[in-house]
Amino acid sequence: MFDYDKWQEIFATIMKNKLRTLLTMFGVFWGLFLMLLLLGTGEGLRNGVTKDFSAWATSSGFVWGRRTTLPYKGLRPGRAINFDLDDALAIENEIAELDALAPRIQLGGFGGSNNVVYGDKTAAFSVYGDVPAYHRLLKVDFVKGRGINPRDVAERRKIAVIGSEVHRVLYAKGEDPIGTYIRLNGVFFKVVGVFKSRRTGNAAGRDVQSVHVPLTAAQQAFNRGKGIDWFGFIAKSGSSAAVVEGKMMDVIKRRKRIHPDDVNALGHNNLEEDFNRMRGLFDGLRWFVWFVGLGTLAAGVIGVSNIMLIVVRERTREIGIRRAIGATPLSIVTLIIQEAVVLTAFAGYVGLLLGIGVIEALNQVVGTNASMFLRPSVDFQTAVLSLVILVVGGCLAGLIPAQRAASIRPIEAIQS
Amino acid sequence: MIHIQQIRKSYRMGALSLEVLKGIDLTINEGELVSIMGPSGSGKSTLLNILGILDQYQEGEYHLAGTLMKNLSERKAAYYRNHYLGFVFQSFHLLEFKNALENVALPLYYQKVSRRRRNRQAMELLERVGLADRAQHMPNELSGGQKQRVAIARALISDPKVILADEPTGALDSQTSDQVMDLFREVNASGKTVVIVTHEAEIAAKTARTIHLRDGVVQNETHQVGAAS
Ligand SMILES: Nc1ncnc2c1ncn2[C@@H]1O[C@H](COP(=O)(O)OP(=O)(O)O)[C@@H](O)[C@H]1O
Ligand SMILES: [Mg+2]
Repeated sequence: MFDYDKWQEIFATIMKNKLRTLLTMFGVFWGLFLMLLLLGTGEGLRNGVTKDFSAWATSSGFVWGRRTTLPYKGLRPGRAINFDLDDALAIENEIAELDALAPRIQLGGFGGSNNVVYGDKTAAFSVYGDVPAYHRLLKVDFVKGRGINPRDVAERRKIAVIGSEVHRVLYAKGEDPIGTYIRLNGVFFKVVGVFKSRRTGNAAGRDVQSVHVPLTAAQQAFNRGKGIDWFGFIAKSGSSAAVVEGKMMDVIKRRKRIHPDDVNALGHNNLEEDFNRMRGLFDGLRWFVWFVGLGTLAAGVIGVSNIMLIVVRERTREIGIRRAIGATPLSIVTLIIQEAVVLTAFAGYVGLLLGIGVIEALNQVVGTNASMFLRPSVDFQTAVLSLVILVVGGCLAGLIPAQRAASIRPIEAIQS
Repeated sequence: MIHIQQIRKSYRMGALSLEVLKGIDLTINEGELVSIMGPSGSGKSTLLNILGILDQYQEGEYHLAGTLMKNLSERKAAYYRNHYLGFVFQSFHLLEFKNALENVALPLYYQKVSRRRRNRQAMELLERVGLADRAQHMPNELSGGQKQRVAIARALISDPKVILADEPTGALDSQTSDQVMDLFREVNASGKTVVIVTHEAEIAAKTARTIHLRDGVVQNETHQVGAAS
């Protein structure tokens, strides 16, 4: 089927109708180009948005105390709920699905910021008391030094891990902060590590403008006793964050004597739903892109089919002559279909290359700077799939014209 | 070689039916050089197209080399056209985007002959019709007589038993007509059956036998003494 003569003939007809061929091929080219561009940018958007998610442990969340709204066991509503280390122990003991608990305190309370002093420089940053698990809950990358380890917590070491922005603001350019002492609320802590955020945009900004010290050291230094501001948690892999969250709240409600139906006494948030919603959104987006892309492609293929019909009509005489000298209908059919396939495949291939090229260029230009856009790309599978679709589309485009061509009776063609 | 009995053919034109061939009997033996003559509209082309399995007929029987040619599938028809018949038309019907050599070689392509072999054979035939030096020329670079010689070469390449020509000199001046007719006689002399449709007496005079057609029936036959056969 793919012999030299057919190629020569296809080339000849293409060269005979350059402009028309070009316009037709543009339809297919544009279809594939747009589809790839949409898929690539969709992927970039997904990467950009899910990058922030990938910093989080997959199955994780937070639980915090608020005020009761229902009377219970003689206790009046409006009571503030505060946690301490005993609650943390109880939760860890009772919940099997819990991988790690990250009890936290923040200097100045939730959302508070405090003066951090190094030498003669002072700036306001968030200061947290944390356990090692927190850096598993919200992952960061250490540029220098180390994170908080279990011994830091056990021995109440006055060490600090600082965000890269803290480093930049408080220290002279190029100055190594490891081993230096910063003052938090008048207490000296030795800097042992500097980290970068894995998130982007505002979230990343918040991450790197914070200082983490061992939970126990913070409790002692800032006179917080055994107090805990809120809990972070990581569910065991395969367990649902929502389930762990529910069980945690049950334990707390029992211990704090909160009415079981009091939904306002505790605040909670887990990323599971966000994860799923996000995944659903992007899966939907991907389907949408395929839908639009295939639609455009179909329009291009129909264009090819139309042109082929016109070409067949113009070639009626030629096809008649071929039939008169012994061409079988099948050989005419394959000729036309092959031509349609070549047109669509070539045009599509150019669209494919250009689409990938533009996406790569976008990748180079945008880099890792944009907050919602990262590594736009089209994977190999998608590229191959779209090529297969094209070839099939080309066959379909050739089918009707080929049938028309095969039905040409030599006598009519020769008489005309 | 060709044997037809009571062939009838009519064209349907809306409600009307125009009978063009009204019962034709004809036998042409192997190796004959025959002309079919008649005024315009007498049904010559229609008859030739039926002989060439390019067209269907409604009644009667047509045997080509002993085989009945009736209600053939398109594939069968293509096979017989390709292996038994060679066509030459008044308007040449060469493919414009192929050069002389490729045009001549085309029937062998449909016989799945290798490219090298068919080009070699095509070249031999072009030499035979005196156009070896025009092998790479496109049809629009050839004169009418040259085009017709290319067409004859193309008709010959599949080594058919019968050559059918419909007004092969109709578009040529008298001098080139003579050359083309000489070529047909030469082809005939090599053993092929040749049937030429014409309305010119001078052309018919160069064939051995002339069948006169009028209003869809064979009126009479004449034999030319001295003409090659
Ligand atoms: N496809 C057709 N449809 C209808 N009438 C036709 C068709 N082909 C030929 N005819 C008619 O048949 C008659 C014979 O035509 P034709 O065989 O071409 O004659 P000739 O070749 O002898 O001039 C003419 O009257 C012509 O008009
Ligand atoms: Mg005629």
